[in-house]
Amino acid sequence: MTMQHKTAHELHSLLSAKKLSSLELTEAVLSRIDRTEPKVQAYVTLTKESAIKQAKAADERLKNNDNVTPLTGVPVAVKDNMCTQGVLTTCSSKILANYLPPYDATVVEKLRAAGAVIIGKTNLDEFAMGSSTENSGLHPTCNPWDTKKVPGGSSGGSAAAVAADECILALGSDTGGSIRQPAAFCGVVGLKPTYGRVSRFGLVAFASSLDQIGPLTKDVRDAALLLNYLAGHDPKDSTSVDYPVPDYQQALINDVKKMRIGYIKELLGKGVTRPVRSAVEKAMKKYQELGAELIELSLPSFEYAVATYYLIAPAEASSNLARYDGVKFGRRSNRSPDLLTMYYNTRAEGFGSEVKRRIMLGTYALSAGYYDAYYLKALKVRTLIKNDFDRAFSKCDVLLSPTAPTTAFGLGEKTADPLSMYLSDIATIPVNLAGLPAISVPCGLDKGLPIGLQLIGRAFAEETILRAAYAYEQNTDWHKQKPKL
Amino acid sequence: MLAMSKYETVIGLEIHAQLLTESKIFCGCSTKFGAKPNTNICPVCTGQPGVLPVLNKKVVLLAIKTAITLNCKVEPRSVFARKNYFYPDLPKDYQISQYELPLATGGYLEIEVEGNKKRIGITRIHLEEDAGKLVHQGAERIMGSEASLVDYNRTGVPLMEIVSEPDIRSPQEAKAFMETLQHLLQFIKVCDAKMEEGSLRCDANISLRPKGQAKFGTKTEVKNMNSFRGVQQALETEQKRQAELLDSGGKVIQETRYFDDQTKQTKSMRSKEEAHDYRYFPEPDLVPVEPSQEWIEEIRKTIGELPEHKKNKYEQDYGLPPADIEVLLSSPALAAFFEESLKLYDKPKVLANWLMGDISAYLNEHKKGIEELNFQPAKLVEMLQLIDKGTISGKIAKTVLVEVLDSGKSVQDVIKEKGLTQVSDAGELLKIIKEVIKSNPAQVEQYRSGKKAVIGFLVGQVMKASKGRANPKLANELLAKELGS
Ligand SMILES: [Zn+2]
Repeated sequence: MTMQHKTAHELHSLLSAKKLSSLELTEAVLSRIDRTEPKVQAYVTLTKESAIKQAKAADERLKNNDNVTPLTGVPVAVKDNMCTQGVLTTCSSKILANYLPPYDATVVEKLRAAGAVIIGKTNLDEFAMGSSTENSGLHPTCNPWDTKKVPGGSSGGSAAAVAADECILALGSDTGGSIRQPAAFCGVVGLKPTYGRVSRFGLVAFASSLDQIGPLTKDVRDAALLLNYLAGHDPKDSTSVDYPVPDYQQALINDVKKMRIGYIKELLGKGVTRPVRSAVEKAMKKYQELGAELIELSLPSFEYAVATYYLIAPAEASSNLARYDGVKFGRRSNRSPDLLTMYYNTRAEGFGSEVKRRIMLGTYALSAGYYDAYYLKALKVRTLIKNDFDRAFSKCDVLLSPTAPTTAFGLGEKTADPLSMYLSDIATIPVNLAGLPAISVPCGLDKGLPIGLQLIGRAFAEETILRAAYAYEQNTDWHKQKPKL
Repeated sequence: MLAMSKYETVIGLEIHAQLLTESKIFCGCSTKFGAKPNTNICPVCTGQPGVLPVLNKKVVLLAIKTAITLNCKVEPRSVFARKNYFYPDLPKDYQISQYELPLATGGYLEIEVEGNKKRIGITRIHLEEDAGKLVHQGAERIMGSEASLVDYNRTGVPLMEIVSEPDIRSPQEAKAFMETLQHLLQFIKVCDAKMEEGSLRCDANISLRPKGQAKFGTKTEVKNMNSFRGVQQALETEQKRQAELLDSGGKVIQETRYFDDQTKQTKSMRSKEEAHDYRYFPEPDLVPVEPSQEWIEEIRKTIGELPEHKKNKYEQDYGLPPADIEVLLSSPALAAFFEESLKLYDKPKVLANWLMGDISAYLNEHKKGIEELNFQPAKLVEMLQLIDKGTISGKIAKTVLVEVLDSGKSVQDVIKEKGLTQVSDAGELLKIIKEVIKSNPAQVEQYRSGKKAVIGFLVGQVMKASKGRANPKLANELLAKELGS
C-alpha cells in the first residue's frame, strides 16, 4: 500500500518513528493529486508551495520532538468556505473568486498550531448550498468510485479528496448533511459535531444556526483524532459552547454490549432504495450480534423537517449573503451607472442560480406579512423536532438510519429538479435542526457505489457515536474498500 | 399661533446615545473619534466573510445603568436581531440591533417646564451598532456624486436607543426632555451626550389632534435635529405646518421629514409607502443577553444619587437658591466636591459661593473640570477656616486660591511664601496708621471737622499700604481712636 492510502494515525506512527518524512508524504500526496485530480477535480486551489514549506517545518518539529501532535506533518484539505489568510477563499462562487481573506478561521489556526500541512482548498456547492457539488460556480467534482456520479455535497470536494487519497484528512462543513451525505456517497467517514462544539469563526456563513465544521476521514479513529484538534470554546464565536473537550480517542472501544440503539422507522420507509435499506438492516443485525439492544422508534415530526429547513436556512442565508454587494471585497460589476444598478449587476453576475433561488426564498420568508406564517412557524416546528429527539433519547443512546436514501446519483441527473435534490438530505437535516452530533460510516456497496450508515447522538455525546461507529468498523471491512481510479 | 389653540400636539422621541466605551460593540476596535479614515477597523466590523460578532460587556453595563436611572425594568432576557437593508455604509448590509425583545422597558423621566414637573414615559431602551460614514464627491448625496468614499471607523460604535412614550405635548417639553436626559446621561457617565457632535441624536414623531379627542392624529417623523434649539425649532415648524394643513381642510400624510437648519423648514424625505421592510429576525450569531439580578444590583450600587434627588436635598436641607443648585449640579465632579467639602465645613452657602464664583471662573478660564486639578475639598475648607479665624482676609483669599489652583501647593505654603498673613497686631498696624494720617492731612482735617464718612477712604489707604494684609475691622477701630485723640 502506498503511503497516501494510509490513515493519519498509521502515518503518525511512521512519522514519529522517522520511517517517513512529512516532505516525502506531502510529495506523495501532491503527485497522487497530479495523477487523479484531472478525473476527480476535488480542489479549487492547491497550495503546493506553502504545503512543502509546512512539511519541512513539520519535519523540523518531528526531528526535535518539539510539540509533536498526531497531526504534525499530515496533509489536510480544507473546504473552500473556511478562511485562510492570504490564500483564496472562494466558496466556489464567482462573487468571491478573487477573495483573499485577511485572517485565518479558528479551525485553520488550530490546524497550523498542530503542525498539519494544508494541501489545498476543496470544491463545494456554491456557499455550501447543494447536495452534489454541481452548484459550484467554478467546476463540478466527480465521485472517485464512478466519475459519472456526483460526490455528494456540499463538502463534495473534501469527501472526494479523502476517497481518492488526494489528502489524508479533510475539513468539511455541515448545514443539512453537507459532511455526512458526501461521506456516504464517497465511502469515507464524516462527522458533524454538536452545534457549538467547534468554532464557526472564519467559516463563511450559509445558515448560522445550523452550520458546523467537522472531519472527513478514512476511518473512525482519524475522525476522533481530528476532532480533538477542532473542538473547544472560542471567545470569537459566541455560539461555541464552553464545555470540556474529552480525548475522543479514549472513546474508541470495541464494545457495544447493552448499548441501546434506536432505529428510526420513518427513515427506513418510502423513498429509501432497497439496496440502501438492506445494507442498513444488515448493519442493525451486526449490532445485535455485538450485543447491542435494538429499539424501533418513531419520530413523526421528521415529515416536516425538509420544509422547515428550507425556510430557516434560506432565511438566514438571505441575510448572510447580503454583504456580497461589490462595495468592499470580491467581485464588482463595472458596467453600472449608479449604486442600485451596481448592486443588481454584481449580484446577478456573481451568484449562481441555486444561491439566487435560496436568497429569494429566504427574503420572501422574512418579509412583512409572511414572517409569522413561514419563518416563525418553521422555528416552532424546529422545537417539535428537538422534542421528538429528546423523547427518542430517553429510550436509547444512539439513533441509527441510512445517511442518504440512495447511493450517489448521476452528474446532471437531479439538477433540473431541485425538490428531489433537497429530499436526498431527508435523513441528515433533522439532526442539524436539533443541533445534535452525527457520524456517517461506510456500511455497504451497491453496484460499486458506497452506502453510508448514520449514527446520531445526544448533544455533546460525540464519544457515544464514535464508540458505536468504531465497534461497527472493527467488525466490518467496508472502510477498507477503495475506489479504483 | 392662533390656529394652535384648537389642537393638542403629541410628540414621542427616539434618541440615539453613543455609549462611552473604549472599544466597539462587537469587536475590539477603538471607538476614538477623529482617527484617519479606515484605521479603527478589523475583519469583524468591516463584515468580512466568516466573521462573527462578540458582545462587549461594557456596553450592556452602561445600558443597564441608564435603564436603572430611567426607572426602567431591565429585561431578564433580551435578544439581538438583524435589520436588513442595503447601503454602502453598512458593511454586512444588515445592522445588528434589538427589536422584539429590548434590553429594558417601561420607565420614565421627570422634566420641568416653567416650574411644572411632568413624567414622560420611556417605552424601551435597546442596543445597536452604528453604521459607517459616507463622503460624497461632487454632490451632497450619493445620487449624482462622481464617487462616494466610505469610512468604517464609526461602524460598530455602540449606540443605545431610548424611545419615549407619546407623552410630550409641546416642542418646549421636547427640548426640556432632551436637556434633562443629556444631563442625566452625562451625570451617570454613560454618554458624553453632545448633540452638536452627534454623540446624542434625536428623531421625533409628531402629530396634532383636536383638543379633547382621544385618538391620535396622523404623525410625521422629523429627522436631522442637531441641537436642543434645533429640536424645539423643528417641532415648532412642523407643528405649525400640520396645524395650517388641517385648518385648510388638508390631511397630514404619514412620512419622514427632514429639518433644514438653514431655512428652518421641514422637507419630505420619504412616504410610508416607500418605507423599508427590514425583515427583522433573531441574530443567530449571538446568544440572548441574560443579565443576572446580582449584576443588576451591583450596577445599581455604582450609580449613586441622581441629580433629581440631589436637587431636592440641596433645596430643602441646605437651603440653596435654584441658581446655585443649577451650577453645582452642572457637573457630577463639582457636586461631589461640594458634598465632600460640606462634610468638613458646615456652611453650604459659603461653599456654594466659592464654587460658583472664583472656582467656576477659574475652571471656565482654563477649560478644565475640577477633577483635573490638584485641588481637594480639604484645601478649600482649610482656606475658609483661615478666613474665619482672621488669618487671611476674604480678599487675600482670592489671590491665595488662584495660586493654590495654579501650583497645586497647600494653602499654608502659599500664604507663607507670599507673606499674606493678615496683620492683626495692633502695634504693627498703628505704625501704618500713623504714616497714613501724616500723608493725608486734608482728609484728616475733614474728619475732624465732622465729615465722619471720610474714614472709609483712610481705611482704604491703610489696606493699600499694608498690601491688603491689614485686618480691616481692627484697622477701622484703631484709626477712629487715633483720629479722635
Ligand atoms: Zn473592528
